Amino acid sequence: MTRARKRKIEGVIAMALCTIAALMGLFWLVFILGDVLVHGIKALNMDLFINDPAPAGVEGGGLRNAFVGQLMITLCATLIGVPIGVLGGTFLAEYARGRKIARLISVLSDIMVSVPSIVIGTFIYAVLVKPLGHFSGWAGAIALSIIMIPVVLRTTEDMLRLVPWTLREAAFALGAPYYKVIIQIVYRGASTGILTGILLSIARVSGETAPLLFTSFNNSFFATDMNKPIASLTVTIFQYAMGPYESWHTQAWAASLVITLSILMLTVIGRLLIKGRLGRR
Amino acid sequence: MNAVTEFNVKDLNFYYAGNVHAIKNVTLPVYKNNVTALIGPSGCGKTTLLRCFNRMHDLYPGNKYEGEILFKGKNIFSEEIDLIDLRSRIGMVFQKPTPFPMNIFDNIAYGLRLKGIKKISDLSERVERALNHAALWDEVKDKLHASAYELSGGQQQRLVIARALAVEPEVLLFDEPTSALDPISTSKIEDLIVNLKKYVTIIIVTHNMQQAARISDMTGFMMLGDLIEYDNTDRIFTNPAEKLTGDYITGRFG
Repeated sequence: MTRARKRKIEGVIAMALCTIAALMGLFWLVFILGDVLVHGIKALNMDLFINDPAPAGVEGGGLRNAFVGQLMITLCATLIGVPIGVLGGTFLAEYARGRKIARLISVLSDIMVSVPSIVIGTFIYAVLVKPLGHFSGWAGAIALSIIMIPVVLRTTEDMLRLVPWTLREAAFALGAPYYKVIIQIVYRGASTGILTGILLSIARVSGETAPLLFTSFNNSFFATDMNKPIASLTVTIFQYAMGPYESWHTQAWAASLVITLSILMLTVIGRLLIKGRLGRR
Repeated sequence: MNAVTEFNVKDLNFYYAGNVHAIKNVTLPVYKNNVTALIGPSGCGKTTLLRCFNRMHDLYPGNKYEGEILFKGKNIFSEEIDLIDLRSRIGMVFQKPTPFPMNIFDNIAYGLRLKGIKKISDLSERVERALNHAALWDEVKDKLHASAYELSGGQQQRLVIARALAVEPEVLLFDEPTSALDPISTSKIEDLIVNLKKYVTIIIVTHNMQQAARISDMTGFMMLGDLIEYDNTDRIFTNPAEKLTGDYITGRFG
């Protein structure tokens, strides 16, 4: 067998293996999304959004409490996590640029991004839930914000670094103080990138269940008091899917569909922003 | 024409972080309403010297100045100098155009707003005047609210010059302003610089010796951090006192 022929066969084998692997991945993805779609659409109806859960075992009812709770927890997590993440990223890319402390925080944040979220849940359980003696919406929001912070911080840092230094120098040369350079020039130049990071971090925490199990727990009733346990879609899905009633299972499918579509939408918007940004350059 | 001095540089030494001695005992007067060109091979310290005049080096930790640059009789390195005030009186234009990510009007108005000018009629008037001075008004007057990034490279560079002019500085520093531009844009900027010296004192760093010869009144030749020779531009290019200067401008090295 000639060497060229051998190489050709090797090439075909490598390509075949890669294709099979890619198809395997794609198969499960399509399978999961398809399954959620098929089961979820059947279960979707208006009652789901306007009614609270019926007593256990009774048909009907909805998940209004979980939708509202999910929105409140995510909103509060965003309000806590985004300012800290953006300002922290600004510190790393601007004020502490080039210093050891900046490198250290960057590396620690990268590690934080990959910490299992259940660890963060148990951490908040230990420092907030246990001492206060009860689960609360705030604890859930803080747990989610802790997951968001490193994501937002690192994207902000990276996006600010992409803004050319000469642009800052040009603003300094006009007599601008540093905080104005950052707010008026650098943030403006990096705004789409930072916004994308924020959206993707919201998408990331929207699907979290484990940290909420230990913090906001769940609530079968409609509640908006963030000091009390509060329902969330993900924990509800967990509970309903494990439950004994057929009606719970259907509602869990519907909730899964809604949350999957929301996250998909956030991610797609995020991607589109990135693409638009790169296209402009 | 070399009557009044704008700057008096006296025994200036500059060290980059890590004690890199980049400017060595430089002494020179910079004359008011002149164009002063700094030439020399790459790494000779001409840009470093230029960036001393508005203390751009302060942005990076560890840099150190020694000696003085007198501006209106005051040493710009002294404690009582307010950097924000200094930089609004000494403008700077960089090698690559640096339009801000905003529209054309806001770009020009940026420095004015920093100075606290808010009234839209004042802003409009001064934006128009600055764009006129930078010979850009006719090209952009119909699209003041378009993004500055839509302009060509040469237009962007004139926009940046207009932005620097808007705050009515006394001095403009140019750091190789045409090295990223095509010949037509370059000649426009050169004409502009010659015109501008009526209003401001200009110091320009350039790699292009013909450019220095065309537009400057005084030329300083630098090498390895030393100011080798400083004289009238005509003298430097026709009958330099130093052999090194002659070798450089005739292209024997560089």
